[in-house]
Amino acid sequence: MSERAVELEVLRYNPETDSAPHFQRYAANCREEWVVLDALNFVKENLDPTLSYRWSCHMAVCGSCGMMINGEPKLACKAFLRDYPGVIRVEPLAHFPIERDLVTVIDDFVAKLTRVKPYLIPKEVRSLDAGEYRQTPAQLKRYKQFTLCINCMLCYAACPEYGLIPTFIGPAAISLAHRYNQDSRDGGRAQREEEIAATEGVWECSFTGACSEVCPEHVDPAAALQQVKIKSTIDWYLAHTMPWLTR
Amino acid sequence: METISCDVAIIGAGGAGLRAAIAIAQADPGLRIALISKVYPMRSHTCAAEGGAAGVIKADDSLDHHFNDTVGGGDWLCDQDAVDVLVQEAPKELLQLEHWGCPWSREPDGSVAVRPFGGMKKQRTWFAADKSGFHILHTLFQTSLQFSSIQRFDEFYATELLVDDGRCQGLTAIEMRSGQMRQFRARAVIIAGGGAGRMFPFTTNGAIKTGDGMALAYRAGVPLKDMEFVQYHPTGLPSTGTLLTEACRGEGGVLLNKNGRRFLQDYSMGPETPLGQPVLKTMELGPRDRVSQAFWHEQKKGNMVPTQWGDAMLLDMRHLGEKTINERLPLVRDMSISYMGVDPVTDPVPVRPVVHYMMGGIHSDIRAATPLSGLFAAGECACVSVNGANRLGSNSLTELLVFGKRAALSAIEYLATGARPGTDAALEAAGQQAQARIRELFQRSGGSESIAGLRREMMQTLEENAGIYRSGEGLVQANAKLAELRRRYANIELHDKSNVYNTDLLQALELGSMLDCAEAVTVSALERKESRGAHQRLDFVERDDARYLKHSLAHYQGSGVPRIEYLDVVITKSQPGVRDYSGDHE
Repeated sequence: MSERAVELEVLRYNPETDSAPHFQRYAANCREEWVVLDALNFVKENLDPTLSYRWSCHMAVCGSCGMMINGEPKLACKAFLRDYPGVIRVEPLAHFPIERDLVTVIDDFVAKLTRVKPYLIPKEVRSLDAGEYRQTPAQLKRYKQFTLCINCMLCYAACPEYGLIPTFIGPAAISLAHRYNQDSRDGGRAQREEEIAATEGVWECSFTGACSEVCPEHVDPAAALQQVKIKSTIDWYLAHTMPWLTR
Repeated sequence: METISCDVAIIGAGGAGLRAAIAIAQADPGLRIALISKVYPMRSHTCAAEGGAAGVIKADDSLDHHFNDTVGGGDWLCDQDAVDVLVQEAPKELLQLEHWGCPWSREPDGSVAVRPFGGMKKQRTWFAADKSGFHILHTLFQTSLQFSSIQRFDEFYATELLVDDGRCQGLTAIEMRSGQMRQFRARAVIIAGGGAGRMFPFTTNGAIKTGDGMALAYRAGVPLKDMEFVQYHPTGLPSTGTLLTEACRGEGGVLLNKNGRRFLQDYSMGPETPLGQPVLKTMELGPRDRVSQAFWHEQKKGNMVPTQWGDAMLLDMRHLGEKTINERLPLVRDMSISYMGVDPVTDPVPVRPVVHYMMGGIHSDIRAATPLSGLFAAGECACVSVNGANRLGSNSLTELLVFGKRAALSAIEYLATGARPGTDAALEAAGQQAQARIRELFQRSGGSESIAGLRREMMQTLEENAGIYRSGEGLVQANAKLAELRRRYANIELHDKSNVYNTDLLQALELGSMLDCAEAVTVSALERKESRGAHQRLDFVERDDARYLKHSLAHYQGSGVPRIEYLDVVITKSQPGVRDYSGDHE
């Protein structure tokens, strides 16, 4: 099996001792099939126990290990060394404050997620004794893709608008609101609309599509944003031209 | 030290912890809930479960079938009153998730679909493609966001339970962001801290599965039950240990040796079933312990396929076709391509058994109560026991829902029947001592041991001596080695002396948890001189109901060797019998 000495350039920042972030170089003996996370683990175990980063599942589903790798937002567990022939630069996710080294402060995302009410607000209340809500495979398909968000926040790091306007609710939270809006069991769109159709909601999006390009789960947040915009626009016209329909 | 007061503190915010939190919030909105987890809830390992959750729903199925499959699958070490509770409450819990929006896969008529799973006589596994655990976790997490009485403490690592007057009264925890210790005063505590698969080097478990919840209870005097029963899942990727769900076989995938033979037929799981027409409860739909053991024997015979990561068998799904694989097993396909460079649509995928689940855990009863008053436990960290000596696939997601909710309701009941507050001074002193212990570790210098080094030795010891087959000789060595490692653990020194997000400290504490759990595993395994379910002894090859139809209970003895006691299994209606996974079973 082939080995490779991988040169890593990792952003370090300890708020207790560093006045500013700086880069530190490590040479890690890696196996060719490894991912960047494996290389970081090699460093942590063998070279520098002080390096801090989040990770857990190593299968791209827990969403912990989002980082900038050579300037692109990636999950470190799905960034293969074979795709990075030279020095690999690893930095914390862009647009988030750094807590320590590669660990970011994600309070902003968690607060925004909570604000968009990402839970089922039933259209008709049904007791458990009445069994399941019927939902055909076609109805499931209308929102299924948007359920796949793992909250890794790569889309926030890629989003130019979020970088400029931090109040923008952002791709993942809007996708998850849209996920419930599109669910045949849900009747909560009007409640979510207050958040996501506001100025800091969908209208900040300039549709560069960067969010969908970096999404490791192919959620396509850009599609969610555009669908929300269209629906909100229709709502607005209906309310202003045929108000009797929306009463 | 800052003190946070609440009514119920929950340690762990995965499936069981979230289910418990929601149940409390719904039952009594006036109760203050502290939901404490070392990671954000959506990072919890419930997210990695793939195949689904078992619950009787179809007309051809019955609660008796689910009961019998579970009890036989567990080699009669399950408590049958607990299994009754599990199978009775399962359908309602899975339906509750449906009402909360879980995107279960559906039949054409819009009803919930089920799929076949190993060791199950009927199709009863509810699934959401092959990301069932992920969807359950996110449905619970998102649902929990509507309850203001659930106060989350994300990235807080619990270090000790506070016990006074014989009752659990709270805990201490380190806030990772600041490095500060907090004292939680709680009238009741629920532990939902997950399993401990990271004791082993080759595991499907994420990095966070370090047995912290088990160790908390164990050190507070609650025994760990049936710790010798460690489940190997038969089909992990040999390179990373990444799980390929049992649903691969439920959908019709088959296991081959290097000669292309479906070798399970040579291990009492035959005769061979037609390709693409899986038959329930036989061949590839046998239980995990038997399939993993068959791999071990084939490997001894030299029938396995050598890979650069060791011997593997082949999981062949080609005959399922691209459409089925994409619809039902999209994650499996993605991971096989990404991590192995093999597309299951065109090639068989090399796989091998991998440590997956702890049947054992914190001694708890059907109310999810532990022997320590005020302390409850649910999920993988607990041992009720519904899983006995071998868990059936798709029972664990069900278990964390059923017993997560039960823990909540039992805690509420406990509060109502007189959970007296503890003595302030005693709790304060206990909190100060907990803080002093962390401070000592933090400030220690001149330590000669490395965290990574001890961890490697622990993993190697378990891999060599506590795997699919064990021997008395190997276990004696393992016990000696683990006692040595626990001694040497006192000499570790932190390299990172920062307060902010100190993962060196976190890993040191996690290693301490794992070492304690590991010793409980190997000491319990040495004492159990029989073979049952996932515990196979080369020197005691038969099941011995006369002596060991009992749960083992490992009691913590500080730096000494755990004391093992036994407790009778609850048998209500199913007497121990023969586990028959041949195609001839009724």
